[in-house]
Amino acid sequence: MAEAHRNEWAYVLAATVRVTRDIDAAEECVQDAFARALTDWTANGIPIKPGAWLTTVARRLALDQQRRHATHARLLPLLVADVDDGPVDARSDDAGDDRLRLIFTCCHPALDLESQIALTLHFVCGLTTAEVAKAFLIKESAMAARLTRAKKKIAVSHIPYHVPSADELPDRIEAVLDVVHLVFTTGHTAPSGSSLVRDDLTSRALQLARMLRELLTSDPGVAGLLALILLSDARRTSRTSETGALVLLEDQDRSKWDHESILEGIGLVRESLTHRPPTRFSLMAAIAAVHAEAPSFSETDWGEIVSIYDLLLLTWPSPVVALNRAVAIGFAEGPLAGLSALDELSSDPFLAHYTYYESARADFFYRLGHCERAVASYELALLLTDNAVERSFLQQRLDDISSESAVKGAS
Amino acid sequence: MSEYLILIYQDESDPSWSDPATGEKVMKGHMAFGEKHGASLRGGNALHYTNSATSLRHDKSGKVTVTDGAFVETKEALGGYYLIEAPDLDAALAIAKDVPAPTGGVEVRPIMPT
Repeated sequence: MAEAHRNEWAYVLAATVRVTRDIDAAEECVQDAFARALTDWTANGIPIKPGAWLTTVARRLALDQQRRHATHARLLPLLVADVDDGPVDARSDDAGDDRLRLIFTCCHPALDLESQIALTLHFVCGLTTAEVAKAFLIKESAMAARLTRAKKKIAVSHIPYHVPSADELPDRIEAVLDVVHLVFTTGHTAPSGSSLVRDDLTSRALQLARMLRELLTSDPGVAGLLALILLSDARRTSRTSETGALVLLEDQDRSKWDHESILEGIGLVRESLTHRPPTRFSLMAAIAAVHAEAPSFSETDWGEIVSIYDLLLLTWPSPVVALNRAVAIGFAEGPLAGLSALDELSSDPFLAHYTYYESARADFFYRLGHCERAVASYELALLLTDNAVERSFLQQRLDDISSESAVKGAS
Repeated sequence: MSEYLILIYQDESDPSWSDPATGEKVMKGHMAFGEKHGASLRGGNALHYTNSATSLRHDKSGKVTVTDGAFVETKEALGGYYLIEAPDLDAALAIAKDVPAPTGGVEVRPIMPT
């Protein structure tokens, strides 16, 4: 049942919205259909096509509900859809389009980004309001209010339930990719909280990226994002120790990496890089692929990584990309070159408060043997993060340096 | 079909307005906009600068105070509007993209049906 929920939710909901033209009403019917499946499937066994079974039931419930409520005054206007009725049973040919409609509605740029993410997790992934609230680390009542506000905006401003026209499509796909990427990065390194990785979010991001790949097969940005998620997530189990402490790329046990995901990711990178110009996510995935292909940290092709960052800066100039490029230069040409590349970025207002900037400086100082300066930078970095795992990592580095200096002092 | 109000905001203090060519270019832009989207247009006007505005404020006792100037002082001020009809927000935004607003931008608001 959990598997059916994960695999079929978006498909069933999207098909039901076409009947109700009201996301809330559709959601109620879909929940009801899943509840009925629980008893029916236990008694009669799982149907051959669970999605079709669920869709038939949900849409029948929706039609019943419409008949009953036909005379009721509506609080909110109906969704504007370009198709309002389709075959009531079985997966129709444009079932894919149905899910795309749902995704594009949830990720509409007229909604604020956090609402886009919340709507996507709620309606496309089928997370409950409580689960979405947990993902954002906010109270359920606050998340319920946010979802209500977003749904009201969709209704009153008539955000359409359709796949955007060809000329809008590239921008709109980009917006969807941003949402999925943010779900992934939030899970990959949780900005606060007690664990470094939030598996619930990374696996939802992977699920969304796979769904997009299925629906927008030829889009290079989609292939790039799926590759990036696969390649980054392949390192998941080696990024933290058994006690939950952060393990740097340099110290990770590469045999623990998920090689099946890496192979799939590399294939997608190759495919997405055949498009010109390469998309932002394709280039980010290409960097992850270079790491994934290196047999060890010392054998990493840092020169290749620097040149990919150069390309990435052209398509997507951002302080974080510039920072990562500077770090790569440090590994390609030595810590002194890395420090001077970092110094060139010192006036950036974002990086001034970014913990990774200071910890990168600290690491290069340490590699050069400037322990005092390394300590100062690590201490500054410590002030700039609220993630418990990152904090304990930085504290550990500080402790290591001070015990090393004590040993040196004693000898 | 739904109605939307497109509110045009502009920076009245922008130095480009002192050049008569700017005004002429914007005016031509509005003419072109009217020709292209005439079928969707339900109304629209340009407004005089905010230094011509008069604001009325109601206090809790019901007293009304009259003051000189815009209701809210902002860098970009309301300079005009269009009332349009469109099937959905995407269609409305596609129309709004063509509204000339060189020193600011536009806001699209759905009209509450009566």
